[in-house]
This record gives sequence, C-alpha cells and structure tokens, in this order.
Amino acid sequence: MTNFNIESVREDFPILKSQVNNHKLVYFDNAATTQKPLRVIEAISDYYKTYNANIHRGIHTLAEKATEEFENTRKTIKNYIGATSEKEIIFTRGTTEGINLIASSLGKKYFKPGDEIIISEMEHHSNIVPWQMIAEEKNLKLKIINVNSYGELDLNHFRKIITEKTKLVSIVYISNALGTINPVEEIIEICSDNNILSLIDGAQASAHSDIDVQKMNCDFFVFSAHKMYGPTGVGVVYGKEKILEEMPPYMGGGEMIQDVSFEKTTYNDLPHKFEAGTPNIGDVVGFKEAINYINNLGKKNIQAYEEKLMSYAKKELEKVEGIKIIGTSDKKIGIFSFVSENMHYYDIGLLLDAKGIAVRTGHHCTQPLMEKFNVEGTARMSLALYNTTDEIDYFLNTLSNILSR
Amino acid sequence: MTTQEIQQGIIEDFSILDGDLEMTLNYLMELGEEIQLIDEDLKTDDRLVKGCQSKVWLECKKIGEIYKFYGDSNTSITKGLLSILIRIFDEKSQEEIVNTSLFFIERIGLNRFIGTQRSNGLQSMEKKFKLLALKN
Repeated sequence: MTNFNIESVREDFPILKSQVNNHKLVYFDNAATTQKPLRVIEAISDYYKTYNANIHRGIHTLAEKATEEFENTRKTIKNYIGATSEKEIIFTRGTTEGINLIASSLGKKYFKPGDEIIISEMEHHSNIVPWQMIAEEKNLKLKIINVNSYGELDLNHFRKIITEKTKLVSIVYISNALGTINPVEEIIEICSDNNILSLIDGAQASAHSDIDVQKMNCDFFVFSAHKMYGPTGVGVVYGKEKILEEMPPYMGGGEMIQDVSFEKTTYNDLPHKFEAGTPNIGDVVGFKEAINYINNLGKKNIQAYEEKLMSYAKKELEKVEGIKIIGTSDKKIGIFSFVSENMHYYDIGLLLDAKGIAVRTGHHCTQPLMEKFNVEGTARMSLALYNTTDEIDYFLNTLSNILSR
Repeated sequence: MTTQEIQQGIIEDFSILDGDLEMTLNYLMELGEEIQLIDEDLKTDDRLVKGCQSKVWLECKKIGEIYKFYGDSNTSITKGLLSILIRIFDEKSQEEIVNTSLFFIERIGLNRFIGTQRSNGLQSMEKKFKLLALKN
C-alpha cells in the first residue's frame, strides 16, 4: 500500500480538523455525501479566480481555457469508467437528473404502451419515481425484483418476471441503505441475452468499486460527483454511443442545437445534444480533481483499506447489544443501517451528534425497502477512505453508552 | 401563571445547562418522561401532528373554559419538546392559547439544537395546540 497513508490522506481533507459540538468531527455520513479534498476545493476556486468564462463557441482566451478544462474532465471520466468515447459522457446535475434524463428521453420514442420496466425493492426513490412517472404517462408496467432477508436481490425472481415486453432494467449497483453490492454483471448479462436495456445506478459504487462500463456491458451507467469526493451539482450519464445517438434530446435550449430556425431546428452531436444551457463549469472542473485524487491514491489501495475498515466495523457493530443491523449480505461495502429496540433512530442520531459523530437517520429515500424490513427508518453509519478504526471505536463506545441509558 | 411566565421559567431552567448540546438533549429526554401522557388507544392517525419527522400525538380535553393537553411521541427528544409545550399551554383559555407566541425556543438557543427541519416540526406542534383550542 505504497500510496495510501491514512494520516496523510486525512490531511488532504480540511473539514476533518473541525470541531462539532465541542468534539472532534467523526464523519460517518459518507453515503449521503463525501467530504472534499483540498485540491478539489482549490480547483473550483481557481476556476472562478483565474479563468471563469462560458464554455464552447468562445474565441477569447479565458473561454478557450475554460472549455479545455471542462472537456478535460470529460476525458478523465471517460478513462475512469472505461467508456469508448467522450461522446458517451453526458454531464448532469447528479444521479437523479441522469435517471430522469434517460427515462424521459426513452419515453419519447422507445417505450410503447404495455412495455415493462424492471427495478428492485432496494432502489432509491430516484430510481423509482422517474419510472413511475413515465409508466403513468406511457401506460407502461413497472415490475419489482424481490429482496431477501439479508438485503440481497432475488435473481430467480428477476428471471421469472422478465417477459418479451420487458424493455429496460434499472438497478442499483450498491444499495445506499444497506450497503449490499449487487451482482450487476450477471444482471446485465441476463438483460443482454433478452435484448433488454440495462441501467446501473452507480451513485454509491463510483467511489468504492472498480467501474468498467465496457466490461460490465451495461447500456447506461449514472453517478454523482459528490459521492466520490467531488462537488455537489455534477453528475454523469454514461450511455453506449449507438443508443444515445438514437435517443431524442431531454431538454431544449442553447448548446444542444446545430441550427435553429422557426421552421426547423437540428440538434448538436453527442454529447452536447443532451447538455442544454450553460453547465456547472466550476464544479465539473473540480470533479476532475476528485477523480485524479482517487487515481493517485489508487483504487486498489483504497479498496484494500476500506475493506479492512468495513470488516472491523462489521465485526464490532455485531457485538453491540440491543441493535439489529438491516442488510447483512456478505457482499457489502461500509454502509451499516441499524435500529434499536429501546431507542428511536432519531434520538440515537441526535445523541451521537452531541458527541461530534455525524450519521444519517430516516428512511434514506428508500421507503419501500424500509417497509420490507418492517422499519420506518434506521440510523446509518457509512464509511469512506479517510475514516479510521479509532473513529469506529469512538463511535461504538458512544453508541453503547447511549443505548445503555 | 401566564404562558409568558411559564416560558420565563423554562428559560431559567435551561440556562443552567449553559448551551451544552448533550446536557440539553438529556434534559429534554427527562422532561419527556414527565409528559401528560395520552391514552394508548387515543394514539390514532387523526391525532398525529402533521409535519413532524417523528410521530407526535396530541389530544385535548375542554374543562369549563380551559384546555387540558395530553401527548406522546415515538422519539424521546421530541417527547421532551412536546412536554414543554404542554406545560406552557396546559389549563389555559382559548384566548390565551391562541395569542401566545413562543419566544422561549430562540431564547434558550433551542433552534440551534433542533435545526430547521425540526423547527418546522415544532411549528407544526404549536399550530396543533392552537387548532385544538379553536376547534373545541
């Protein structure tokens, strides 16, 4: 683990030095959003300080520089996820917008009344509601893959609910509420064998897992910068070029056109066809630094460290009396949802906060999943590459004290 | 005591805690234990306060010209907040309940602790007290 030194990693994240409620911050809300290394913060600041300009079609130097940096991020992302071309990388505001873009665009031409879309019980609301909306509009049927008691997808059930009318399967790679890593390659293969489009929600996976869209062979992959140490307000839709070419634009406006007249407007080429309006230039520029940061540390090094943290947290959390962990799959990342018989998760969250520990409480935008497990919500601690076993110990001690009141 | 005087008393009680979040939360949880508890079979959906993240039930009984309040919550800290509100509004007239503005929250810095999401919940609770007094 040559490049991974936890002390120096922590130095890269200024916020980790903060005091919260007179305690050292312990940030365990990484599944909601991760903290940002200084180089990301500085890249955004540098853009506004030294070369802020609108991109594309500018002939002056600043516009040229801004366009170059913006497009450099696209290249960096292309390489990070193993896409074949930059045309396959479309910038959005985040995963939610990405799924809405695909649902809306496919809804215009591709889906016919009676067609079926498959999602699962463990989807985030952002991978449920856009499909419900398009299903209602186009008279489509939404089918749901069951989740077992460990919080894993039931693939036999998945195979059973596929019909000749199934047009798209949209599945989360890693569950934000449970941490379960889904067998996406197997799912995509089933889709591909049955001529079904596959969409993978990579919001949680993008920072932790190896992402190779060509190896996965998914048709779409969506994710957000802010869950991988980048800024909020930027996300990506990856789509296979030949599919994106056939899809109509999502929004109309500037940037996405070739020629506009009142009689007929022709659309710009990929990826610009899907990028109407001035994008979030500063944050896109910052996003590149987040990916560079991950690449410099090395995905393998990060994964090895995170695996160690996760195993430790799992082993120790299982010893805490009076809590039940929701999501007990063997294949998971460092996301731990739990409930206590004696104390509401909301009280647990507030009492942890009083000790400087940030966790998330509630339904985590997965109400159907919570219902499945017969809970209204959970307390959720989620780990990232800058967390330590000391922090986990402090969390567990504090939690035990809280629960024994 | 008027609702004003009760709020003054609450401000004094909390001042001892000196703004410490942990002590404040613990104190709120203790106050929750002393709540005028609503009967279990009255904890129905129509008695739920809308707009709270946690479940809060509130019930009132009119005795002559004054109102008695009973409540509960599924979370201890919210139960504490509710018990303070019951202490303020309990056994008051419709006029006094409706005309009371809650100034203790800001004065004890509770808004800092309860955050905007929960302040909305607190406002929903306040509204429920006033609506119950107006409707009954």
